[in-house]
Amino acid sequence: MKTFDYVRPATLREAIAAASVPGAAYLAAGTNLVDLMKGGVVGPDRLVDISRLPGLDMIEDLPDGGLRIGALVRNADLAHDRDFSRRFPAVTEALLSGASAQLRNAATVGGNLLQRTRCAYFYDVASACNKRERGSGCDARGGDNRLDAVMGWSESCIATHPSDFCVPLVALDAVVEIEGSAGRREIALETFYRLPADSPERENLLEPGEIIVAVRLPAAAAGFAGHARYLKIRERTSFAFAVVSAAAALRFEGDTIAEARVALGGVAPKPWRAREAEQVLAGARADASVFRRAAEAALASAKPSGDNGFKIELARRILARALMLAAAGTPERLPSLPASPFAAVSGAAVHD
Amino acid sequence: MTISTNLTVNGRKRTVAYEDPRLTLLDLLRERLDLPGTKKGCDRGQCGACTVIVDGRRINSCLALAISLDGADVLTIEGVAQVDRLHAVQEAFIAHDGLQCGFCTPGQIMSAIGLIREAQAGDDPERVREGMSGNLCRCGAYLGITQAVLEAQKALAAADRKEVA
Repeated sequence: MKTFDYVRPATLREAIAAASVPGAAYLAAGTNLVDLMKGGVVGPDRLVDISRLPGLDMIEDLPDGGLRIGALVRNADLAHDRDFSRRFPAVTEALLSGASAQLRNAATVGGNLLQRTRCAYFYDVASACNKRERGSGCDARGGDNRLDAVMGWSESCIATHPSDFCVPLVALDAVVEIEGSAGRREIALETFYRLPADSPERENLLEPGEIIVAVRLPAAAAGFAGHARYLKIRERTSFAFAVVSAAAALRFEGDTIAEARVALGGVAPKPWRAREAEQVLAGARADASVFRRAAEAALASAKPSGDNGFKIELARRILARALMLAAAGTPERLPSLPASPFAAVSGAAVHD
Repeated sequence: MTISTNLTVNGRKRTVAYEDPRLTLLDLLRERLDLPGTKKGCDRGQCGACTVIVDGRRINSCLALAISLDGADVLTIEGVAQVDRLHAVQEAFIAHDGLQCGFCTPGQIMSAIGLIREAQAGDDPERVREGMSGNLCRCGAYLGITQAVLEAQKALAAADRKEVA
């Protein structure tokens, strides 16, 4: 690990000033950053410790019915907040399907949004990686790329965004609040991430010194609480990143799907909102054939970036299954294995 | 510049002075405080051998920079037993053969103590397995570990009831 200067500012304003210099990085829990530093994947000159900044660790109800989650709220605390879990069950399910209990106890909301890809070539400093070192090439192309992207990738980068949490957030129109030296601004999470094109080292719209201070869920997002699931295929039962995952949220009027929210994880360089699928679902009656058509629409633009064509059909199937489980109703109790696809499909509530 | 970090470790106030900001909590415990019970397995947050409880929550001490933890309360495997008797989780691991070589055991036990405090698993073995999935055991003692966690949880709940009564 390269050494660094360490500063712990007392205020947000001081933190932004301290992080506005080249080579600076924010440190919250460090569950991803310290790991990357140990591997020599990143080497900040200065760490700006924001872990104790006041006012960033609250979950607040907003007057318009929305919810504001401070950037320093720990993943576990958010997932175990009963009110949050009742209103946004798919987000809870996604959170609890990610990482391990130890990591969720430390990792923060802001850090989760900014976590780096798990592409093995990004981690292996002996390999070429345009994301790690601009212009160095991409050894994932033509390498072991079975877990890399099938949508949104470019010739310069085929890495996927690893977050579970962000998948239902994107489906539910979450908004990121950002603060910088020029003041506060907000961006829809869906557009916060950049596709790689020819500059995969730039993963989002943050400018130097800018910091995520909160994530907001709009009031309408809670309207899907009765029919919302997150499903995730892993290569082992627990403590693994998604091969593919899907968030599905439905709002019914009678037997008809009035509105649908769909997003995919593990398939693209960012959490992938599938509006084409939502259009197929809106106004339809919930059945297996419409779910399959929605899944086909969601993956219509998919293209293998290497030896990963299987992920396209796998994503279609996990999405169709997530939709079927969402239509059956959010279980009253979170499944013992959150987001596991190995659960019964039919019935009013999978668990009670 | 010398860094000075104050911690409460196993109930005792400690001040550690060091030069290098890269020091992790894991290395501080093992190399500066002579508490080698906390193990260094992968050193990258993947195996759980370094699990300790910081401010009441189980975390991977290998990914925590000591410099950012000034003022924290740390509980390690060395601090869980009473003078004359083991912690209920330690006793249950012995009773159920929740170990073979023992290398992962301190992390398993600290993780189990954290899991029981979190009170999310209930008596569902699948929830216990899921809650313990951040701790790898290369000997494969998982069956015994799950049984030990379930039994220790029951024993601790019974002890709590007795205390209340």
